[in-house]
Amino acid sequence: MSAPVDADGPAAPPRSNGELVFAEPWESRAFGMAVALYEAGVFSWPQFQAALISRIERWQATATERARWHYYEHWLGALEDVVSGCIDVDGDDITARARALAERPAGHDHVH
Amino acid sequence: MTTGEGTQRIPSSLRTEALEQLLTERGLVDPQTLDAIIATYETNVGPLNGAKVVAKAWTDPGYRRRLLADGTAAIKDLGFLGVQTEYVNVVENTPHSHHVVVCTLCSCYPWQLLGLPPSWYKDPAYRARVVREPRKVLSEMGLDLPDDVKITVHDSSSEVRWLVLPERPMGTEQLSEEQLAALVTREAMVGVAKVEAP
Repeated sequence: MSAPVDADGPAAPPRSNGELVFAEPWESRAFGMAVALYEAGVFSWPQFQAALISRIERWQATATERARWHYYEHWLGALEDVVSGCIDVDGDDITARARALAERPAGHDHVH
Repeated sequence: MTTGEGTQRIPSSLRTEALEQLLTERGLVDPQTLDAIIATYETNVGPLNGAKVVAKAWTDPGYRRRLLADGTAAIKDLGFLGVQTEYVNVVENTPHSHHVVVCTLCSCYPWQLLGLPPSWYKDPAYRARVVREPRKVLSEMGLDLPDDVKITVHDSSSEVRWLVLPERPMGTEQLSEEQLAALVTREAMVGVAKVEAP
């Protein structure tokens, strides 16, 4: 890892160039999971990179001109691909769990 | 690889949450570790590291020579190697020769030096066009280069990351290394802009 830097300095990352690093919280979780699994040795970075390239190529080959480009959706897809190749979690497991999460009642995360 | 039926209809936020739960249950991910990684990349890792490398090269001719000869070793001296920045080649922009960096296949980028890539760097249009018509793309991004300037495009789709050493602007002879670092932008270190004097 790199040395700590002055977050308030003149070149302070990452907002000094007028752009947030992550547009939505889920993007940061997907990013963090890829880095955490890589650091834990679950997969190598070239493995993840190849999956990301493959996802992006597939999108570019099929996308219409008006298709919306969303980088972190490809990132998440690549993460799912590489995870299902390494451990016992595959796309169906993720879909099933996501459906269950979607059925939570409104206000489920609200503490009374 | 399996992608379940109806994958497209499930929002990415829910799929991400589901994946984090499944990985946490298996002990492969710790939500607090994730928080720490995210905080690091949101606040600590950014273009200031690269700017420090550039400012040192501008003020220390010996360091500049080592940086251009073996970027990885010279950057390691400053402690800025890490994930996605294991090997670095440094190329120098001059009045006659301009270098610009792209990742044609995905978004490879020296995180430890420049932070996470900006959206234009990840955009399919930049990735495809800067190779074919760099002069035009640079001009559209606000950098007009004379026709006699040779442009070299470096593709970072491999283990090697590229860092552009921009030209030191005129009239900055009196500035300290720290003051110079404050002038260096992320865009200049990718090669889509020049460093401006204050």
